[in-house]
Amino acid sequence: MKEFALIFRLKDIADFKPTPEQMQERMNWLAGIASQNKLVDKGNTLLPSAESAKTVKPNNVVTDGAYTEIKEFISGYIVVKTDTIDEAVEMAKANPIFDQVGGSIEVREVLKRD
Amino acid sequence: MTAVLCRHFGLNHIEIAEDIASDTFLRASEHWAINGIPKNPTAWLYTVAKNKTKDYFKHVSVFETQIKEAIKPKETEAEIDFEFSEQHIFDSQLAMIFAVCNPANSIEAQICLALQILCGFSMEEIANAFLTKTETIKKRLHRARANLRNDNFQIKILSETEIKSRLDTVLKTLYLLFNEGYFSKTNNHLIRKDLCSEAIRLTLLLTENPLTNQPQTNALLAVMCFQSSRLEARTDDKGEVVLFDEQDKKLWDKSLIERGNYYLVNAFIGNEVSKYHLEAGIAYWHTTPTDKNKWQHILQLYNQLILIEYSPITALNRTFAFAKVYGNKKAIIEAEKLNLTGSDYYHELLGYLYSETNIAKAIEHYEQAIRQTKSKTEKQTLTKEIERLKKVSQT
Repeated sequence: MKEFALIFRLKDIADFKPTPEQMQERMNWLAGIASQNKLVDKGNTLLPSAESAKTVKPNNVVTDGAYTEIKEFISGYIVVKTDTIDEAVEMAKANPIFDQVGGSIEVREVLKRD
Repeated sequence: MTAVLCRHFGLNHIEIAEDIASDTFLRASEHWAINGIPKNPTAWLYTVAKNKTKDYFKHVSVFETQIKEAIKPKETEAEIDFEFSEQHIFDSQLAMIFAVCNPANSIEAQICLALQILCGFSMEEIANAFLTKTETIKKRLHRARANLRNDNFQIKILSETEIKSRLDTVLKTLYLLFNEGYFSKTNNHLIRKDLCSEAIRLTLLLTENPLTNQPQTNALLAVMCFQSSRLEARTDDKGEVVLFDEQDKKLWDKSLIERGNYYLVNAFIGNEVSKYHLEAGIAYWHTTPTDKNKWQHILQLYNQLILIEYSPITALNRTFAFAKVYGNKKAIIEAEKLNLTGSDYYHELLGYLYSETNIAKAIEHYEQAIRQTKSKTEKQTLTKEIERLKKVSQT
């Protein structure tokens, strides 16, 4: 099996704090993957606010907040294991985030550093 | 008996202790058949075992002093020194479990050994507990025993840190022991109360010792109390299993539920949330008959549990809770993703989920479950359910 990172992006900082119902739906989604024994790493949430995020660029340039060149910012990630990338994409499609607040999920195969 | 004998032998002679134990029982069956059962059978057994042990040591000491003196001079000394103080682990069964849970072996192997040597599990029962094949367990045990012998260790007083570091494995062993009693699949008994009560006794001992009286120990004991509170209600007078929804709640043991609550409260000293905390939480909600958010809570706890540790049973139980919250239709989609076609529970669950909407499919799954289960009582229960569904579809 291959491993894929699912990287979550949101459009608006205001979407970052989910309601309890949204949280429950996201937990159901995550636990659903774990129930198939396909969750490698339940990952973490990455805090986007100015005091929790900095972006470092060449020449010692540091900006506050999450990197938002493409407007969306990364809000978290998990790692799953599936036979094909298509299967990982299907998992991502089922994430309740799209109905809740929109955003995007990037699916990336993991190459392990040994 | 093996445990007690091992205290005298040291663990590297487990086989000898086991041999003497089985020899003793053989003697008993011959002797008792002719002379009748003695007044105090336990004392009789231990006297015979003691004599056999003495004989053995006589042999060994001749062998040791005359032949092997140079190789192993300390063997008998260590055995005399051996004693458990109250601060340490005083129950021989428990002491043995701690000794067998030696990091020389993998955690799985430690638990297998403990279940076999101390809890008297057959290979098949261990395989059931681990949801794996008997052959795998056989190999695992063989290797584990060899490791123990090579390590040449014996039961000794464990240091505080050793006890603490081994506690997790010991708890896991007791947890499996309890579960085998509660969900017994072999010997055609659905429940073996003796295993349950032994597991509770040993866990209770752990809570009485300050070293092992940890939050997760209390959480595990709470799980056992909550589960045991329903033991009486789980089988009917013919020994057939009574499903949760149909249980007579008056038969639930209130005092055990209260004990469970007590240990659960104790378990929340500190911030740690172990899998036993979550399981105790789930069992707690099961003991509350009506609460409109009950299944929501249970599902959330199962969600957390499956994130801590995957197990097919947790995955199936979680899907059942999911069905209770979101309905059978959505749960069928979740269930079919689980890919557990080798499990009889999986087919049972799908049979249950389909029984409202697609009776033919439900029967198909129940029949598959019957083919896969080893338990006679489960077969009977499922056959009855199929008959019921057939009647429903005719009307």
